[in-house]
Amino acid sequence: MTVRRAWAPLLWLGCVAFAAIVVARAHYITDLSAFLPANPTPTQQLLVDQLRDGPASRLILFAIEGGDAAARTRASALMVNRLRKDTQFSMVNNGAADDQQSDREFLFKHRYLLSESITAERFSAAGLHAAIEDTIDNLASPAGLLFKSLLPRDPTGELLNIIDQLSRTPSPKTQEGVWVSDDGTRCLGLAQTTASGSDSDAQRRASDAMRAAFAAAVGAAAPGASAAANGLQLKLTGPGIFAVAARAKIETAAVRLSIASGILVVALLLVVYRSLPALGLGLMPVASGALVGIAAVALGFGAVHGVTLGFGVTLIGESVDYSIYFFIQSSRQHGDAGAHSWQQLWWPTIRLGMLTSVCGFASLLPSGFPGLKQLGLYSVSGLIAAALVTRYVLPTLLPAGFVIRDVTPMGDGIARVLVRLRGMGSAAVATLAAVLVALSIATLYQHRESLWNRELAALSPISTAEQNFDARVRADLGAADVRDLVIVSGPDLESVLRSAEHTARALQPLVDAGVIGGFESPADYLPSLATQEARRSSLPGAPELRANLQRATMGLPIRSDRLLPFLEDIEATRHAPLVTARDLTGTSLNAGFQALILHQSERWNALLPLRASAVGGEIDLSRVATTLEAGNVHEALALDLKQQSDALYAGYLGQAIRYSLAGLVALTALLLIALRSLRRVARVLSPLALAVLTVAAGLAVCNVQLTILHLVGLLLIVAVGSNYALFFDRQENSADAGGEALTLASLLIANCSTVIGFGLLSFSRVPVLVALGTTVAPGTFLALLFAAILSPRRGSSAAAAHA
Amino acid sequence: MRAFTLSVLVPLLALSLCGAVSGASELDEVMGLMAARQHGRVEFVEQQFLHILNRPIESSGELRYDAPDRLEKRTLQPHAETLVFAGGVLTVERAHGRRVVDLHAYPQVQPFVESIRATLAGDRSSLERWFHLEFAGSLGRWTITLVPLDANVKRSVAQVRIDGMRDQLLKVEIRQPDGDRSLMTLRPAARP
Repeated sequence: MTVRRAWAPLLWLGCVAFAAIVVARAHYITDLSAFLPANPTPTQQLLVDQLRDGPASRLILFAIEGGDAAARTRASALMVNRLRKDTQFSMVNNGAADDQQSDREFLFKHRYLLSESITAERFSAAGLHAAIEDTIDNLASPAGLLFKSLLPRDPTGELLNIIDQLSRTPSPKTQEGVWVSDDGTRCLGLAQTTASGSDSDAQRRASDAMRAAFAAAVGAAAPGASAAANGLQLKLTGPGIFAVAARAKIETAAVRLSIASGILVVALLLVVYRSLPALGLGLMPVASGALVGIAAVALGFGAVHGVTLGFGVTLIGESVDYSIYFFIQSSRQHGDAGAHSWQQLWWPTIRLGMLTSVCGFASLLPSGFPGLKQLGLYSVSGLIAAALVTRYVLPTLLPAGFVIRDVTPMGDGIARVLVRLRGMGSAAVATLAAVLVALSIATLYQHRESLWNRELAALSPISTAEQNFDARVRADLGAADVRDLVIVSGPDLESVLRSAEHTARALQPLVDAGVIGGFESPADYLPSLATQEARRSSLPGAPELRANLQRATMGLPIRSDRLLPFLEDIEATRHAPLVTARDLTGTSLNAGFQALILHQSERWNALLPLRASAVGGEIDLSRVATTLEAGNVHEALALDLKQQSDALYAGYLGQAIRYSLAGLVALTALLLIALRSLRRVARVLSPLALAVLTVAAGLAVCNVQLTILHLVGLLLIVAVGSNYALFFDRQENSADAGGEALTLASLLIANCSTVIGFGLLSFSRVPVLVALGTTVAPGTFLALLFAAILSPRRGSSAAAAHA
Repeated sequence: MRAFTLSVLVPLLALSLCGAVSGASELDEVMGLMAARQHGRVEFVEQQFLHILNRPIESSGELRYDAPDRLEKRTLQPHAETLVFAGGVLTVERAHGRRVVDLHAYPQVQPFVESIRATLAGDRSSLERWFHLEFAGSLGRWTITLVPLDANVKRSVAQVRIDGMRDQLLKVEIRQPDGDRSLMTLRPAARP
């Protein structure tokens, strides 16, 4: 014994120290990638890239509500002016016309490279004649008069052509010069951060800056009045805002809930033990388990997801039980003798319970979700560590004369209640169980269509209201969240722009035929160098152009010598460099362009979002794909993003269900090996099955759709509940059947701590934690209740005699 | 960009549409007659004198007005184009497309829109909020001259002159600050 006494605590100290170092040095990530695929296909990778770092992820959309239209417009203008000076933003736009001046200059300067109508024919005498005649005709209409002053430099009307080209993209509704929502009750705008969307610290600073600018704008517009006074409100939305909110929610939930459940469990244990040393020792397995769990995740995955930490409370729920069992059950005898007999009598049961839990959690390990994988590893390693600490370290550390309060009276009380419950008779219990099973199955069958939520959004910590608001603002801004798109990939920008042009030519017939309403392309903003080069080389030299112009203007009401500036501009373009992405900087076109281009290390992607042809119309993606194929556009891929991400999640859900069932089979096999009796295995499993069915049916009745986290919760019911059922089984089958009162007391206290830990999760605002809490808290209690009621009468008669 | 287009376009449209209604001798009488008028339909010929061109360009078509705020300019020659202003929204329809513009977006255009509404509604006080008004002649042959008060509006239109006879509009001339001008001559439309 002395040898063991020495090595166990030392080994424990070493392990804990090592784990502490790993935990302290670990990298923690708080974005939503816990719920993104671990080993994505190239398509999924694109989805993930876009969610995480794409230019769209850097967009912050803002809306100003309340007050009157004039106050909103003024606040919007002042706020945008302020933000434009802030280097955190690469672009801030509220639709105000003044920033369109730079766009106009850019388009006019590069009109002979950007206009789609530039061909050699256009500059022949006949082509020029037709183009100039058209422009003059336009002058006759009010719409054309704008271009009157431009006629000497742009007689072929290229600026108007480019504007028409770009206005294929619907633009938001405006009011008093700024973008507004469809109903006119909100001023809208958008800002693009220089920092990546996944840098949530930078995103938080950016959103703080926007709120400060808004407050200052409101203050400047009406000195002395606060935003609240004139009813103005700023609302922000967008991926970065969501990431910040999600991180805050998860962090708050993880920290607050861990602290709250920690305090409650400590209070519970203090009441039970009435001994500070017992409390300290009792928390050792939990703390060691949590430390080892996080260290294992850090070592196994390189980084720890914040969500995994949020589940820390789950370990409090399960592993604190071990020390409860140990202290209470060994308290029949004092000191070493108690500990020793506990090791003999109870440890095998706890070990079996721990192994069944490990079986359950191990089924999370092969999951495709990094978040679930981590949870699995965390739980498996944490539980094993906690159990080992309870078995090998705790007994060696018990101080001489260690006693906890005798909980036998409490156990006796529970026993008496049980006797009364069991007094109903086994027939009544069996009937009750059968009715419950029948009711649950009927409920589940009734809800079978809507039982599982197969949408990825169900896991998002962002509330439905916030998601709806985001969708509304996007729709109003014409940045409707991209659902259907064509993606082209290539090794560099030039190649994807060429592919985008190729794709656009293939898609145009679909637009003409009304199959799709239209599409956007980055090449609308910046044509490929090849296309620009072709246009530039189609521009004739000065002598030739002069001669053509001379002939072209015959019969037109304009003399060619008035068009000298046109000759100069063409000549200048012939010798000017081609337009590159850098030239777009500083124009509002840049945001449109950047949003459609993704650049990840060595891969470039161009996005061509498709618009449905009519309001509410669905895009027939298979027709788009067929057309692309027929047009020999092989580098393009037509995608429905929502369907893709939901399919991804549904795949994981199906996979998780299969793995969980496999875990159940493994668990059953384990029990069969350990108990060597089908009857006993059935007795152990039936209360668990009953609890799982009841909880699932209960959730269905409350119209809660099950997600992958509910599945994890059901798994946890089996994992935790198996301990209870095994104790009752041991009670029934052990030669030394004494101490039922102590067993009952330890089980009830253990269950209380579990219900506290998980019950608190239900109050969190993070859906994944709520799912877990609302499943496990009632589930484990029911598992204990069913295990007690369904266990045979033998133990209870002893308790009755005792009473 | 569009703001710029519209600051030119809307006044022109608005004023050309004023031709669709009739006038009266004294300003208040003219206003009173306009307020009573529910519909108007005339044919127009418009000439644009632009210094950059050697000769004026000409277009023709039809103007319509329906109280309280629907205006339509339908150009037939040389190219078909329809401008409809209704409920604060301008729709431009041409052979190769259609554009819808919400005029609320352009404060510099607002006075002109208001001027049409006010003119057609016979609301003299509202008209005078935006323009300096001059009335000359008699009921049998009159001229109203409108000079914008707003500097922004002045940049695209210097002056508008409307000639009329009793409740008939005869001519609408719009002078631009650079000396270019357009002249619209109106006559009652043939019954369809």
